[in-house]
Amino acid sequence: MYKLSWSRKTFLIFNYTFLIAMSVLCILPLLNVLAVSFSSAGAALSGSVKFIPIDFNLKSYEIVIQQGKFFTAFGVSVERLILGTLVNMIICVLTAYPLSKENHRFPLRTAYAWLFVFTILFSGGLIPTYLVVKQTHLLGTIWSLVLPGAVNVFNVILMLNFFRGLPKELEESALMDGANHLVTLVKIYLPISLPSLATVTLFTMVGHWNSWFDGLLYMRNPNDYPLATYLQAITIDAATLKNLTMNDPETARFVSDRTGRAAQIFMTALPILLVYPFLQKYFVKGLVLGSVKE
Amino acid sequence: MRLMKSLKRDYLLHVMLLPALVLVLVYSYYPMFGIIIAFEKFSAFKGFFHSPWVGFDNFKYVFQMPEFPLVMRNTLIIAIFKIIGNLAVPIIVALMLNEVSKSFIKRGVQTLVYLPHFLSWVILAGILKDILSPSDGIVNHVLGYLGVQPIFFLGDNHWFRFTLIVSDVWKEFGFNTIVYLAALTSISPSLYEAAIVDGASRWKQTLHITLPGIVPIMILLGTLSLGNVLNAGFDQVFNLYNPITYDSGDILDTLVYRIGIVSAQYSVSTAIGLFKSAVSFLLISVSYWLAYRLANYRIF
Repeated sequence: MYKLSWSRKTFLIFNYTFLIAMSVLCILPLLNVLAVSFSSAGAALSGSVKFIPIDFNLKSYEIVIQQGKFFTAFGVSVERLILGTLVNMIICVLTAYPLSKENHRFPLRTAYAWLFVFTILFSGGLIPTYLVVKQTHLLGTIWSLVLPGAVNVFNVILMLNFFRGLPKELEESALMDGANHLVTLVKIYLPISLPSLATVTLFTMVGHWNSWFDGLLYMRNPNDYPLATYLQAITIDAATLKNLTMNDPETARFVSDRTGRAAQIFMTALPILLVYPFLQKYFVKGLVLGSVKE
Repeated sequence: MRLMKSLKRDYLLHVMLLPALVLVLVYSYYPMFGIIIAFEKFSAFKGFFHSPWVGFDNFKYVFQMPEFPLVMRNTLIIAIFKIIGNLAVPIIVALMLNEVSKSFIKRGVQTLVYLPHFLSWVILAGILKDILSPSDGIVNHVLGYLGVQPIFFLGDNHWFRFTLIVSDVWKEFGFNTIVYLAALTSISPSLYEAAIVDGASRWKQTLHITLPGIVPIMILLGTLSLGNVLNAGFDQVFNLYNPITYDSGDILDTLVYRIGIVSAQYSVSTAIGLFKSAVSFLLISVSYWLAYRLANYRIF
């Protein structure tokens, strides 16, 4: 090993400091809100909570949990997540496979591909889309959160670019052995596409969990709001939580609308925070592989 | 003829495309016909096809609205600064990360900086409202120690756009570095070896090998971002703004929402939306064409 020069050393120290500062910057806000959610109402109000809770308690979480609405919304979100991810992934894979074929193998490929890509370039806009959702009788149902966005063209492109990178011989030999396209897709393509599948699944799941605007638009009854929409509604209108704490002075000592909101923000983010670290290595790999083209 | 032949031979491929095709026709193409309500005095009872025709009256109305120039200005300023920030900061971070040889630090940093990308603006808006609050937020508390008067980041038109831009770059810079990191790893190590033999310092290597190595991807992302000039970020603005900050933060998309959904003026709202879609379509087409010419980029 050779010794590092003085300037190199200075640079490295600066570099590590810079990068660590950037990373810390990305989680400090979360840690602060987490600390607030565990603190008492008074401590939160005085603004003295930094990153360690003051008067640690779980009262805010209790209130949120007792308040049935949070769980109703949580349930809607879980239902949407499962249904939506399933539909999105099936359609994504089924669409990407034919579009990944060579032009001479599947002559209409380009026409189909442009038909899908055009929907990225131009859209009818908010009101016409809303009216169509209404006309197709989806308003107020869980399907209004699943079907209009079921074809995610970006994910399809990511997936098809990955399929195109696979060796052609695999498909040829499978077809030669008498397998049809569907069997080839399920038995040959999917098992070796795990990084891309994991990436697209993660993006789809996060997308469904985080979507709030369609819930606000298409759900008539606030009881049908998914969690993200519910959270959006209460952060815009702070009065909801206040009512709950008024009655009981013991609760009011620990819970303010600030700590209550912090608890809800955190519980909404929690599923993502839990799943994300495990899937991270896949999506970095999957994204890079999916974007590589010859 | 080709169609018939293909339908016969490749019927299974067509069947596989069928679900997506139906959904796209119903929920993407059918609404495109709905834009005709921008040229009508739309009435929900009469529907798309039977409402009275008014030509360009809705557009005239929109362009004469007192908010319109303001909203255009806000949209452009916010979007352009976001584009610049979201191009520049990730390049710097990627270059710095590339100099790190210890893999656990590299991985740790990446894990943390990607995270905000996966949280929605609903969650982040909740967090920002809390930490930026002038009375009990931690940011103003820290600024207070430094002798700065409390700043009302989200309630003051001088600060609102700045807050939007910085918080957006904060949310996305980590995730945007992925592309640059991928580009950096694809630079051939033999180039560096040759440079070292020639006696090039680290700095010279960065200047003459690393930077030129990522120029194509910089050009690509730069040209593609052109299509976003009218996208100032609906989710973020909608969750952070309030009537006080309309002056500096109201953008085309939020105006479409307020006029369309809140005041139920479907035709006017669709006219603004169509204006935005048409301009965006042009810009995206140009940006894809440029990306193809400059960086040989194809979508699929």
